[in-house]
Amino acid sequence: MSLNTDPNFFTPGKRYFRAFSPGDDFYEALIDMHRELTDEQSAMVNARLILLLANHIGDIAVLREAMKIAREGA
Amino acid sequence: MLSTYQYPKFEYRRPPELAEGRAASEGRYPVVVVGAGPVGLAAAIDLAIHGVPVVLLDNDDTVSIGSRGVCYAKRALEIMDRLGCAEEMVRKGVSWNVGRTFFREQEVFNFNLCPEPDHHRPGMINLQQYYLEEYLVRRAQSLPNIDLRWKNNVIAVTDHGECVALRVETADGAYSIDTEWLVVADGARSPIRHMMGLDIEGKIFMDRFLIADVVMKADYPTERWFWFDPPFHPNQSVLLHRQADNVWRIDFQLGWNVDPEEEKKPENVIPRIKAMLGDDREFELEWVSVYTFQCRRMHEFRHGRLLFTGDAAHQVSPFGARGANSGIQDTDNLVWKLKLVLDGKAPAALLDTYSEERVAAADENLMNSTRSTDFITPKSATSRTFRNAVLGLAKDYPFARALVNSGRLSVPSFLVESRLNTPDSEVFAGHMVPGAPMDDAPIESAGGEQWLLQVAGNRFQLLYGMPDAGDVDAATATACAELAAGAIPVETLVVAERGQAPAGLRTLVDVKGRIRERYDLKPGTCYLIRPDQHVAARWRSFDLAKLRAALARATCNA
Repeated sequence: MSLNTDPNFFTPGKRYFRAFSPGDDFYEALIDMHRELTDEQSAMVNARLILLLANHIGDIAVLREAMKIAREGA
Repeated sequence: MLSTYQYPKFEYRRPPELAEGRAASEGRYPVVVVGAGPVGLAAAIDLAIHGVPVVLLDNDDTVSIGSRGVCYAKRALEIMDRLGCAEEMVRKGVSWNVGRTFFREQEVFNFNLCPEPDHHRPGMINLQQYYLEEYLVRRAQSLPNIDLRWKNNVIAVTDHGECVALRVETADGAYSIDTEWLVVADGARSPIRHMMGLDIEGKIFMDRFLIADVVMKADYPTERWFWFDPPFHPNQSVLLHRQADNVWRIDFQLGWNVDPEEEKKPENVIPRIKAMLGDDREFELEWVSVYTFQCRRMHEFRHGRLLFTGDAAHQVSPFGARGANSGIQDTDNLVWKLKLVLDGKAPAALLDTYSEERVAAADENLMNSTRSTDFITPKSATSRTFRNAVLGLAKDYPFARALVNSGRLSVPSFLVESRLNTPDSEVFAGHMVPGAPMDDAPIESAGGEQWLLQVAGNRFQLLYGMPDAGDVDAATATACAELAAGAIPVETLVVAERGQAPAGLRTLVDVKGRIRERYDLKPGTCYLIRPDQHVAARWRSFDLAKLRAALARATCNA
């Protein structure tokens, strides 16, 4: 498996009629997660989120690929 | 400032209620519409087309001042086709489908609003609102049953239960009229909403935007260009759009802590535009305005005999052009229902479904425009970091492109939760589910080459798929004749590859097979279509009893 960088968001059982909707659903949830938090709290929440997602993905080769791309934009 | 447009002045006439020798009360009107903006005019024209005499009251005597609403989406144009105004709009307006998004100096994303071929209308046109209103007024004036009253200001409204009483002020004094139904289209500040003490709930966004309409000759492509954090306007967004008459709309995000009166002064506006266009480009200012916006809606759009439409009922941020476009869709949804209720063919409960369906649509518009606003104007450092990360990834990674949100442009709602729909009991591919707004397709009929959405609408219709129209059997043809003769008539359109349907039935030749493809049409497939071009029900075979039950359900007669 290599890193999937194509649009990949969905909600099981939900029918979408517009291509932009699933990504927007995700992005709204992401921004909502940070509402009312201080910058410091947000940084901690982001770190926890990355750890949880990384474990879910599991495949370290995929994670290394993502880390490489992420770091290029620093 | 320069003016490319001559504002018409419509003539006030003494209303019949104030004519000499007339009784004080002239009896009761079936429908009064208040507000001759795009939404009120669309409502009045639609009612007149349905044969309902209508009084349209407006407190002014000209069209909208300034270009205001600029983008009219495909669905609004399809509705305007039904009302007889789209051709002029498209001829005068600037058609476009492609939008480009820039982050700092680089293009990171582009979209095409209408990637499929074989649709009549473009994804969007840009047209100054005053032109749209001028065309609608002209159309309204050509219809015999619209009584258009300029400089008639509604000062009091009382819902008596069996009718609504209005007090109207004019230069010749005040008068009273009664109406069975009142369509309220008096705009975002809605005086009538205030008079009735009705709430509209939501939030104001703490940001200001500067609109500059400039006249210039430029050979930029006819596309929507949107910048995040451009070098000529750092840390803010900018939008560039072409309108008719070489007028260009430029929209600068300013932030909250600016003085709108100062920002509007030409000596402050012109340097911003020069920074964007370069010093050499010649242009003249036509209109400048600083705006804020609110995202809010009324809890319900029907209050007794009052039906709220457009900005009076709901307001969204401008990102996505979901204001006027959704208001026009309100009237599209409302008018056929009002006609059936006025004719005694449906209970008043049908008008509750106007509120239900359009509240759902308003919520979708509010959700999408709020999401765009949150992306364009991040509210926290973390939110801005995520936004810039998405923009940074977008150039190379498709998933991030899909997250770039510079406005999700107006598209019609799929009314999938509506109680007027009959749920599917068979399997269909594609998107034409019960509640869907119809997809267009090219056809040939007795009228020559046409489009499906030019023959659909204004009445209930049955799309009946049959490869050779001549194969429609006698029993089905008889049943279709019964449907056409019903209290609420249903017109059958046989969608065929070839042949001629039996006498009394219209044949549409699906010349490019797009109806078959888009509706997953197989031999015998039936679609029951509402007068507003939405799917009410569908089956794989013709069944008169099921059709009648679905028709009853779609009109609250079940």
